[in-house]
Amino acid sequence: MRAHVASYDLVQPGSLREVLTLLAREPGVYRPLAGGTDVMVVYAGGKLAHTKFVDVHGLRELRGIVVTDDAVTLGALTTYTDVQAEPTLGREFPMMGQAASETGGWAIQNRGTLGGNIANASPAADSPPALLAYDASVELTSTRGARWVSYATYHTGYKTTVRAEDELVTRVRIPRIAPGAQGSRVHMFRKVGPRKAQAISKVSFAACVDVDGTRITSARVALGGVAPVVLRVVATEGALVGADVTTLDVAAIGATLSREVTPIDDIRSTARYRRRVAENLFVELTRKLKAHVGLGSQAR
Amino acid sequence: MKNRLIGTSVPRKEAFDKVTGRARYVDDVSFPGMIYGTTVRSKVARGRLRGIALGPGIPWDEFVVVTAKDIPGINAIHLINDDQPCLADGVINHPEEPVVLLAHPDKHLLEKARQAVVLDIDELPAVHSIEDALAKTAVVWGEDNIFKRYTIEKGDIAEAFANADVILEGHYETGAQEQLYIENNGVIASYSEEAGVTIWGSLQCPYYIQKALIPLFGVGPERARVIQLETGGGFGGKEEYPSMIASHAALLAKKAGVPVKIIYDRAEDMAATTKRHPSRTVVRAAVMRDGTVVGLDIDFAIDGGAYSTLSQVVLSRGLIHAAGPYSCPNVHILGRAVATNSPPHGAFRGFGAPQSIFALERHLDEIGKYLGIAPDEIRRRNFVKPGQTLATGQVVRDDVDMNVLLDRALEAAGWGDKKARFAVENREEGSVKRGIGLATFLHGTGFTGSGEKFLASIVGVEATADGHVRVLAASTEIGQGTNTIFAQIAGDALGVDYDVIQVGQPDTAFVPNSGPTVASRTCTIVGKLVETAALGLRQTLLGSGLLEEPYSSEQFVKACSAYVARSGELRAYAEYKQPPYIKWDEDTFKGDAYGAYSWAVYVASVKVDTLTYEATVEDFVALQEVGKVIHPTLAAGQIEGGVAQGIGWALYENVVWKNGRMANDRMTDYIMPTSVDLPPIRALFAESPYSYGPSGAKGIGELPMDGPGPAIVNAILDAVGIGIPRIPATPEVVMEAYLANTSVTRVCRATEVARG
Ligand SMILES: Cc1cc2nc3c(=O)[nH]c(=O)nc-3n(C[C@H](O)[C@H](O)[C@H](O)COP(=O)(O)OP(=O)(O)OC[C@H]3O[C@@H](n4cnc5c(N)ncnc54)[C@H](O)[C@@H]3O)c2cc1C
Repeated sequence: MRAHVASYDLVQPGSLREVLTLLAREPGVYRPLAGGTDVMVVYAGGKLAHTKFVDVHGLRELRGIVVTDDAVTLGALTTYTDVQAEPTLGREFPMMGQAASETGGWAIQNRGTLGGNIANASPAADSPPALLAYDASVELTSTRGARWVSYATYHTGYKTTVRAEDELVTRVRIPRIAPGAQGSRVHMFRKVGPRKAQAISKVSFAACVDVDGTRITSARVALGGVAPVVLRVVATEGALVGADVTTLDVAAIGATLSREVTPIDDIRSTARYRRRVAENLFVELTRKLKAHVGLGSQAR
Repeated sequence: MKNRLIGTSVPRKEAFDKVTGRARYVDDVSFPGMIYGTTVRSKVARGRLRGIALGPGIPWDEFVVVTAKDIPGINAIHLINDDQPCLADGVINHPEEPVVLLAHPDKHLLEKARQAVVLDIDELPAVHSIEDALAKTAVVWGEDNIFKRYTIEKGDIAEAFANADVILEGHYETGAQEQLYIENNGVIASYSEEAGVTIWGSLQCPYYIQKALIPLFGVGPERARVIQLETGGGFGGKEEYPSMIASHAALLAKKAGVPVKIIYDRAEDMAATTKRHPSRTVVRAAVMRDGTVVGLDIDFAIDGGAYSTLSQVVLSRGLIHAAGPYSCPNVHILGRAVATNSPPHGAFRGFGAPQSIFALERHLDEIGKYLGIAPDEIRRRNFVKPGQTLATGQVVRDDVDMNVLLDRALEAAGWGDKKARFAVENREEGSVKRGIGLATFLHGTGFTGSGEKFLASIVGVEATADGHVRVLAASTEIGQGTNTIFAQIAGDALGVDYDVIQVGQPDTAFVPNSGPTVASRTCTIVGKLVETAALGLRQTLLGSGLLEEPYSSEQFVKACSAYVARSGELRAYAEYKQPPYIKWDEDTFKGDAYGAYSWAVYVASVKVDTLTYEATVEDFVALQEVGKVIHPTLAAGQIEGGVAQGIGWALYENVVWKNGRMANDRMTDYIMPTSVDLPPIRALFAESPYSYGPSGAKGIGELPMDGPGPAIVNAILDAVGIGIPRIPATPEVVMEAYLANTSVTRVCRATEVARG
């Protein structure tokens, strides 16, 4: 452990209001600490520059998953274990459970929170691509009030977001499809990490595509690990929407995707690998779509 | 002598203490007044140290500060060449070179202070690869960057190459690997003028440390005492490195006047301590059309890092294993250990053999592919048989039939069925392709050549006042089962129950030097001495009139106790005598390199996902002939663990180097496989007793490191037709090979020899 413990300060106010008041009084001085699974790693490495933290892990106001007719709303302290246990998510948003089940190991799944994952804003995080593909929104709350922002506009650059220093991530909302909506949905999630568990993604891929007959009516495709932010490849999505699954120009759309991603070399992988795998996973998505509409061989 | 304990899985001697948390590891131990120590390291790969400054903001007067100037004796970590300083003095040769030592009662403040020390270093050009070292882009050690150079010659290589049908050349590389024992390196040192230095620590070789402390402090052996505490794994990583950390703690303790504890955290342990030597091997094989290898010309080079340490010994083992379990009549092997500016690479399970075996076993599959001969078949055409000679000219005395082992392993792995099934399935559209691959190899037991003769190991056994028998040896229990097998061996030699035997704590003040706990020697070499010493004790007891045959365990205990009461003590010792047939010439590398070998056939089933280029091992069969299995559960554990470590080396564990420093010094980024990444590992044994091992036992511990690398990469070749020349075969490596469509003609240059 390389941190100098005595240099750090952790406060534990009892309520959400008190936390928000503290954050508002001196914006930027205190930072939230939820499950601590991101913060503690940096701390133990002796590289945690920020020294004052406010513990939000005990705030009951930030817990719980609420299912209503039009949405599933998750408190910021929802853990990956909670996500996997929620039946509506399992049925309608399977990529959430998949991402959660492939996050860290059991200890991390019990301790790490969705709010922390979003606020930490790592481009390699695993739930964010699924959240993007499901068109989620994030609630940010301060003493000034609460606001909902589309998750697609939340990340502004490498580890930067629209969240102000006095704001907490309080809830995450995933819209449900209106009952009786036309067509059917294809979900594809794939985490590509260096091993099967306890692994930081090199590339992650989440796609939620609606098809009516053989026509694509909506497509959201998001990737982690291939850009400074978790990325929705909007041009690729644009090329998919309205297209017929049976006549997709896979090569051309794949090339579009390849232009949208900007991966880098780092100690975990290479840019070449990340780009190539992103392309391959897109091809796999098109195979899945074809299989879904009854064409080609069943994808794995 | 009847075996009642040997061959059964008795409970481990120290199991109860370990599972109940009673076992005390070094970080559980504390002494009155003890303070903590830390190491300030260079951060620069190579340079000249101009000055050391203690930066602002730290109450330096509270600290104990040690530099090279404080060393009372010789500033070197004594090993073979003594070229490695204990603390850098003037020159810096790698980015983790220790320069300043600090001690303080508050470990958190200590860390802050460590970061506040400023080293003024003028950088010099550094060398970071074997190729650059050989090309002398900079000369960083000696005159030519070469620590050591050995050759092996057998037959007439020129003639073989002139008369072969085809010559195939392949270039192979293996990466560094971190041992990743669970417990990081750590020691406590105390010092007093009367007692000298005392070390308690997590370590494999107490007497190595004693030997290092003697010149460093200029004291005699009676004033350098080393005690091994419970040790959480070593794998070679605690063979030579503990001499460094023990020396550091001892210097601090001397200056501080109180005991000093140094425990590395994982990042420091990963970055600063030894790793497996990276290697690169060029294999040129002269081959007949029927797959007979008539000539092998091998150029084997390992990266030793900044100082020579054990590299020459690693090199020699790698060299001797380079030609494998084959009878090839004409062999030339050049081995070189070179210097680069990274922390010294060191002992690691297998000790050079896995590196050279990887190259040859990969190459055989490439040759087979080129000639259209199946992997099992090409090996059958080349296996050495008893009475034939290995590369060093050593006549095989072991009663081994590699064909029989191969048959059994292939059968267990379902080789034929899988081959047929994969061939069909792989033609289907899915992105997952499967393959099966194998490796056949041997591993020499004990020190190489005359090593055991020079070690002249000694083991003692003594009776305690209450009639128990205690084994006295410097051989350490590091998780592999030393205590347990010693008790089994001594128990059977004495004909008494397991509980009668105790194993003494390795402490240089009380146990004789039974040599280091390395080289798969503990069971075979030291175990045999335990047996001999125990027989000696039994003889004394029988001769004393206090015991008569046949006797029960209880009668034996009573007799022991009575003897001790009467005579004060009852001890017996045994010293190693080399088997008479062993002849070894260190200069020419000719003769009996090892007293015996263990022989093995490993088979890996692998799937490759062509979307992500991930290779995953789905099934693993590890069959070995080991003389005699002393403890079935421990033996299987050694194999399973070793195969897991081998899978890590083959597919996952990639040390990312930045200017000679390990950049991924965390377990998040240095990827060792977890249980979910590993296949079922089926450890199978064959037994063909070795006359000079206890009940016939040969070495087991290192063997499982040799096979997984080539078997797995050969399985990838089978799955996707891509010949990968280097490990770890991470997805990035597999992708590049896949995109380049690396085939046999790329890996091996094939030259058809004109006949005339
Ligand atoms: C061994 C290990 C494995 C891991 N594996 C994965 C993985 O596979 N995939 C993955 O995506 N992540 C992984 N992580 C990272 C981490 O577990 C997740 O990002 C987790 O969701 C973080 O949540 P937390 O509550 O622990 O965050 P914390 O560490 O408490 O906080 C993280 C950051 O978010 C801020 N923050 C926390 N909560 C809020 C809030 N409500 N409002 C505003 N800011 C807030 C904090 O100030 C801090 O900057 C792993 C971590 C470890 C240690």
